[in-house]
Amino acid sequence: MTPAPTSESVLFGKLTFAALPFHEPILIATFAAVAIGGVGVLGAMTYYRVWGVLWRDWLTSIDHKKIGIMYVVLGLIMLLRGFADAVMMRIQQAIAHGGAEGYLPPHHYDQIFTAHGVIMIFFVAMPLVTGLMNYVVPLQIGARDVAFPFLNNFSFWMTAGGAILVMASLFIGEFAATGWLAYPPLSGIHASPGVGVDYYIWALQIAGVGTLLSGVNLVATIVKMRAPGMTMMRMPVFTWTALCTNVLIVAAFPVLTAVLALLSLDRYVGTAFFTNDFGGSAMMYVNLIWIWGHPEVYILILPAFGIFSEVVSTYCGKRLFGYASMVYATVVITILSYLVWLHHFFTMGSGASVNSFFGITTMIISIPTGAKIFNWLFTMYRGRIRFDVPMLWTISFMVTFVIGGMTGVLLAVPPADFVLHNSLFLIAHFHNVIIGGVLFGLFAGITYWFPKAFGFKLDPFWGKVSFWCWTIGFYIAFMPLYVLGLMGVTRRMSKFEDPSLQIWFVIAALGAALIAAGIAAFLWQLFVSFQKRESLLDVTGDPWDGRTLEWSTSSPPPAYNFAFTPVVHDLDAWHDMKKRGYVRPTEGFIPIHMPKNTWAGIVLAGISVVCGFALVWHIWWLVAASFALLLATVILHTFNYARDFHIPASEVIETERARTRLLASAKA
Amino acid sequence: MGPPVRAFKLLALLPLSLLLAGCEMVVMNPSGDIAVRQRDLILVSTALMLLIIIPVIALTLLFAWRYRASNKEAKYDPDWHHSTSLEVVIWAAPLVIIIALGAITWVSTHLLDPYRPLERLDANRAIPENVKPLEVQAVALDWKWLFFYPEYGVATVNELAAPVDRPITFKLTSSTVMNSFYVPALAGMIYAMPGMETKLHAVINKAGDYEGFSANYSGAGFSNMRFRFHGLDDAGFDAWIAKAKEANATLDRAGYTELEQPSIADPVKRWSAVEDGLYDAVLNRCVDRAKMCVKDMMAADKRGGGGREGVNNVIAFEQTRPDGTTAKKRFVSAVSCTTDAPRDGLTVEAPLPAPLGRRADASSTTAVAFARAEDTSERPSARSPE
Repeated sequence: MTPAPTSESVLFGKLTFAALPFHEPILIATFAAVAIGGVGVLGAMTYYRVWGVLWRDWLTSIDHKKIGIMYVVLGLIMLLRGFADAVMMRIQQAIAHGGAEGYLPPHHYDQIFTAHGVIMIFFVAMPLVTGLMNYVVPLQIGARDVAFPFLNNFSFWMTAGGAILVMASLFIGEFAATGWLAYPPLSGIHASPGVGVDYYIWALQIAGVGTLLSGVNLVATIVKMRAPGMTMMRMPVFTWTALCTNVLIVAAFPVLTAVLALLSLDRYVGTAFFTNDFGGSAMMYVNLIWIWGHPEVYILILPAFGIFSEVVSTYCGKRLFGYASMVYATVVITILSYLVWLHHFFTMGSGASVNSFFGITTMIISIPTGAKIFNWLFTMYRGRIRFDVPMLWTISFMVTFVIGGMTGVLLAVPPADFVLHNSLFLIAHFHNVIIGGVLFGLFAGITYWFPKAFGFKLDPFWGKVSFWCWTIGFYIAFMPLYVLGLMGVTRRMSKFEDPSLQIWFVIAALGAALIAAGIAAFLWQLFVSFQKRESLLDVTGDPWDGRTLEWSTSSPPPAYNFAFTPVVHDLDAWHDMKKRGYVRPTEGFIPIHMPKNTWAGIVLAGISVVCGFALVWHIWWLVAASFALLLATVILHTFNYARDFHIPASEVIETERARTRLLASAKA
Repeated sequence: MGPPVRAFKLLALLPLSLLLAGCEMVVMNPSGDIAVRQRDLILVSTALMLLIIIPVIALTLLFAWRYRASNKEAKYDPDWHHSTSLEVVIWAAPLVIIIALGAITWVSTHLLDPYRPLERLDANRAIPENVKPLEVQAVALDWKWLFFYPEYGVATVNELAAPVDRPITFKLTSSTVMNSFYVPALAGMIYAMPGMETKLHAVINKAGDYEGFSANYSGAGFSNMRFRFHGLDDAGFDAWIAKAKEANATLDRAGYTELEQPSIADPVKRWSAVEDGLYDAVLNRCVDRAKMCVKDMMAADKRGGGGREGVNNVIAFEQTRPDGTTAKKRFVSAVSCTTDAPRDGLTVEAPLPAPLGRRADASSTTAVAFARAEDTSERPSARSPE
């Protein structure tokens, strides 16, 4: 309950001591924990003298592999925050029945469900997806880096900057209490006078720059930098899905940027795009945000489909069934994802013909999606299935996702949507596809490519513990929500009158507890695997008998990925090379031309965060100063001509010799 | 996925079915014809989709088990990756289901369009000739529901009633933010949005006391934005109207302005009479007579707008927010289209100098441009002009 100050000071804008949450014990405790933990980590880092290494090898790195890993780390950290929000909601809804108010006042609860949605989509799912694409795509297409390595580093830091701004809102001021898409008029200046919506706008604008540039980067990389012989129809399916996802990003994110810019004009300078008065139309916002929002769903799920395709084919020891139809299905989904946005608001009174049109286009998407499921199914048919952890995730996905798909098509029938829209049935549906699809895919991908990134496999026991906790936990947490939706319970409620609902919320809370155990098991798995890394070591670079090019190089790959650019003759290039008795070259190495690390990305993003913070709090002098500094820094960076260097042949020879010895020792 | 897992699943189903039997799924067991037909549609669609979903799940588990690496008896064919006939089947099977579902969707979306007047009371009964629909105008306020009954002249807050088996025509709008009007037992929801009007046609077939609420999050008081919907027999409904008549109070513009202020968990309120045209003024955002009505603004815009002179009509005043702070609120003044005098104490903001040359006879142009929109076709609607 941050009271909005009545006047703004020149020096601090709207920012006063009242913006600090001294009256919120939950936040004070959280802040204390974060502060103590943070000081501990920083102290330890200073003690072990890792600052220099961190700066040189990671923060300023333009290596797509390191940036990919940093994206995944960011996503996992934010997963903890987003999940903490989820647990708080589940506890509140489990206890606030029949007159009980629960432990969260509406103002706090409303911020939590908003933050949960925003964080899970923008700062968990997106970084994890982008991270995997960043890491894997150049390796899969036989490239040494992405097309624009500096841009890649800058993109990551802008995404991280957005995340930092969202986290800052926890302790300074407040976050939006509007729901994750901030529909006006509720998000307008009259209904939401506080800084919450401004944090929302600027966090997404800053992160959006990163996402858009990363999309441009990966499209250029995939289109221009494939190894010789890798025609479009020889690209691994994950690369195909990455291409389609990034095309979607490039086409959809500018719409988000524009609609948020219009909303901020309404809030900051009194324009009337989405207001009630002056002829504004709030429905215009709803249309625009979903023209971005629906493709966004496919931005997340397509790479997951790609991961499942790689995993199924690898662990079944079999070429993917129906590669061409898989590719066409992906492209069809990409295009159709732009023609369905209105199904998010059938209930706003569009005509029957409009509603039917969008309902039917939505259903049509299930045809290529269904074809994909069948393709995975028939890849398993006559395979030799090894039930490593990634394959377990995949099978769980296939069972779970079709249920989510079914409830999704049900919601696409407008008259059915009239009784299910905004209900917990809807919540169950999209968690069904996002957890059962995107998240299961990400866990499969992380487990699958972990040995490539770090040189040792993840401990399978704790991986299975995590898998079962997540799978069972998901069903226990979300099946009750389907039931509650059919009981007519709507979303975003902080308390309930009907006591007969409580049992279902208690069951759902137990499911959330099981999912918490799944997350804990995953983190424990990371720790245990690091401890046991000697016994989990991957010396061959190809621990799963892989089929695509990333498995042809060492684990972890050298900075230059491939000493010689591979030549591709068939789909599943590495499998084809192994079959034809490929011999790894051991001489003839030449110097390799590589991009150089730069400070510019992290500095520019840091200045952007300051500028965003100043905009949130109306500290106008700081807005002007940081924006001027931002431009100056960009211009300064253009004078940096020392952008590349050559890895000397001697270093390449040494690296490759070390690998030769390792491979020989593995054979012996 | 072995037998123990399956046994566990069966065991898990037992308490589940007991729980499901004990809970009341209003969406699956509604009391109004529209909601019943929407329920039927859910059942039919689900059955259609299960035709494909169940085999897929079964095959997934079957293949996973049969082709496990340890089962060396299963055929292993690592290069089998294409079969034209199979591909035709896997694209055609979902296609067939979607064609069927698409046809159902097209027909049902038109038949169950909330804007479409009812054609029947329920599956077996047509609407009797002499029955006129009950009109209810609903306004979503922060955070309560206001209902007008124009036929009876009464109004209520947080309580709605209708006679059984008489069609109801809802007209809905909102005062500040978006809400969604939803009585699960009666019919599907429809949004209530400020400055726009949506419609819903429905009928309740069984007497009873049902729950209604806002199904779209609208701010701090949202969880309390609930009301009771009474399905009553004719005598009961007459008594309910009579009870409102007993209130002996008139809801006028001033009363509405007070009612409109944010409040949470309001008790039921009743008014025996309503000032003429109040709902229309709410819909057009001109309860305050100093404000220009949206329909007039739209009429002016349709004729080309007020040009730069229109800027002269912007009025600014200090508004006190719920949290005690103040903000400058601006709106278009009714000065050019109403005979009522503007409110005292309001200032016209930043009058522009008269435009150069172009409109010598500015005042008469403005008068034409802002001519009142009398015909109801100018009424704002969430639906684009049909």
